[in-house]
Amino acid sequence: MRNKSLSLKIGLAISVFFFLFAIVGVLWTPYSPTEMGADSQLMAPCPAHLMGTDNFGRDIFSRVMKGTGTTMLVAFSTVLFGAFFGVAIGAVTGYFGGKLDAVLMRINDSITALPSILLALVIISLLGPGRKINLILALGIVFIPSFARVSRTAFAASSAQNYITSAKLMGAGTFRIIVFHMLPNTVSVLLPALTIGFNNAVLAEASMSYLGIGVKPPDASLGYMLSEAQSYVMSAPWYCLMTGGVIVLIVFGVGLVGEGLRNGGGEE
Amino acid sequence: MKFVIKKLGELLVTMVVVSFLTFAAFDIIPGDPATNMLGTQATPEKVEALREELGLNRPFLVRYGDWLLGFFTGDLGVSYDYNQEVWSLIKEKLLVTMCLTFMSFILIVGLSVPIGMLVGEKKSWLIIAIDQLCMAVPPFFTGLILTWIFGITLKLFTHGSFPGIYNDFFGSLKYMIYAAVSISIPRIAMTVRMMSGTVSQELRKDYVKTALARGGRGKYILRHHVLRNSSVPIVTFLAQTMAEIIGGSIVVEQVFAIPGLGRFLVASISNRDYPSVQAIVVILAFWVVLAGIISDVINMNIDPRLKLGVEK
Repeated sequence: MRNKSLSLKIGLAISVFFFLFAIVGVLWTPYSPTEMGADSQLMAPCPAHLMGTDNFGRDIFSRVMKGTGTTMLVAFSTVLFGAFFGVAIGAVTGYFGGKLDAVLMRINDSITALPSILLALVIISLLGPGRKINLILALGIVFIPSFARVSRTAFAASSAQNYITSAKLMGAGTFRIIVFHMLPNTVSVLLPALTIGFNNAVLAEASMSYLGIGVKPPDASLGYMLSEAQSYVMSAPWYCLMTGGVIVLIVFGVGLVGEGLRNGGGEE
Repeated sequence: MKFVIKKLGELLVTMVVVSFLTFAAFDIIPGDPATNMLGTQATPEKVEALREELGLNRPFLVRYGDWLLGFFTGDLGVSYDYNQEVWSLIKEKLLVTMCLTFMSFILIVGLSVPIGMLVGEKKSWLIIAIDQLCMAVPPFFTGLILTWIFGITLKLFTHGSFPGIYNDFFGSLKYMIYAAVSISIPRIAMTVRMMSGTVSQELRKDYVKTALARGGRGKYILRHHVLRNSSVPIVTFLAQTMAEIIGGSIVVEQVFAIPGLGRFLVASISNRDYPSVQAIVVILAFWVVLAGIISDVINMNIDPRLKLGVEK
């Protein structure tokens, strides 16, 4: 058990750090993330440029700050969108069951049969690539089925329990039962699912932007920066390492939080 | 037998749902393929003639039925971009991607099972941390690092010199091994974590106590009783991994410039070559669902109770 709370603490520390990092990046960066410098191209990390500079002489540290913000914004919005609709669908199908449940879950299974990145690619090609809002929508839609599946199981399990029967006997309406009685009881299942969803969103955003169909300039995003860094892997390996390293650390931190939540919540 | 038929029925339903959704999705988006193909200079008559030729004037359901029928008879349609049969365009790429995903799959199974057994249910913070760290590395980032180390610094392979799967099969496999490693690392970490969770759950069950009470040795029990019982969820998990491997290969093919299905898909999406996109999406879905069915069949042989549950 000690390990669990330890991983929760370390994970929270890392996540909060990057969250603050991103917030500060919105308000202030050491250099302008778009300012180019003709005499400072591809500089190695040094006290003036903590992560060096890129091919246009832009400060990588400032760009990483902005990029972390973009990546986190996309991930948060995606998870909120996916969780909202996913939990709504899961609640309805889990609570009522029956034919609606069978049909929706069959469609759900068919959608999850596809690799999530493939689905996101298809949806974004429908919505039009290169815009942040479309990326959020595409990834959000992709994440609905997994949240629906997780919450359906939780809602179906609790709908058979006594406190629900007693709430019904007391005359509580369906909406009230689902939102005020059942939802709080599914939180222990939903929280780890949210952290996993967040991580998948970060990784998916990075992959899509790397492929050139996610976030596009002037927005800096970690994935897009990596695709730029690829061309300079030989002359400026730190560019690639720093940007990728930040992605790894964010996902690592949130993953530890999820790990701590899941086991701590389940067994104690 | 009944089981297999039921599963094949499920496969069919999934394929129809997936293909219908993709077909409908590409139908409702704005933009006319005929106008796209002819360019903005084309006269309305020419566009109309091409629409007629492509069969775009027919009602939606007729076109869908036609396409579905074609799909089952091996006719995947004609690419808008290359004016060629989609099948002849993708068959080599399909083989490339299949080799890449199978290599990754073998790596995942071959490495995660022994590592999982080694780790067992030990839950030290170091193991948790390493596991989480490996899960956090996006495959394309690993790909970039491997290119840097093995391609540019050690010169073990030349980036962008894929020999072609028909010309030099083993050379191609050698080129793709780095891509397979990039795809596998996070999945191995997930499988190991999943395994240790399942095994430690099984160890708490009564039959382990019984076996111990009868004087069974720990290692024997682990290998003969626990492993078999915990392999059902593991096999299911590995089948689901197939989807993620394919997803990973879409991205990683781009990193290593491997001419596979994923690269072609990304290009087709940006060129709005919908017949190609539809065909690829449905093929990949078929592949994933098939993996699920194979895992179900394997599971039935591991745990015969599953067979009974179906026959009832």
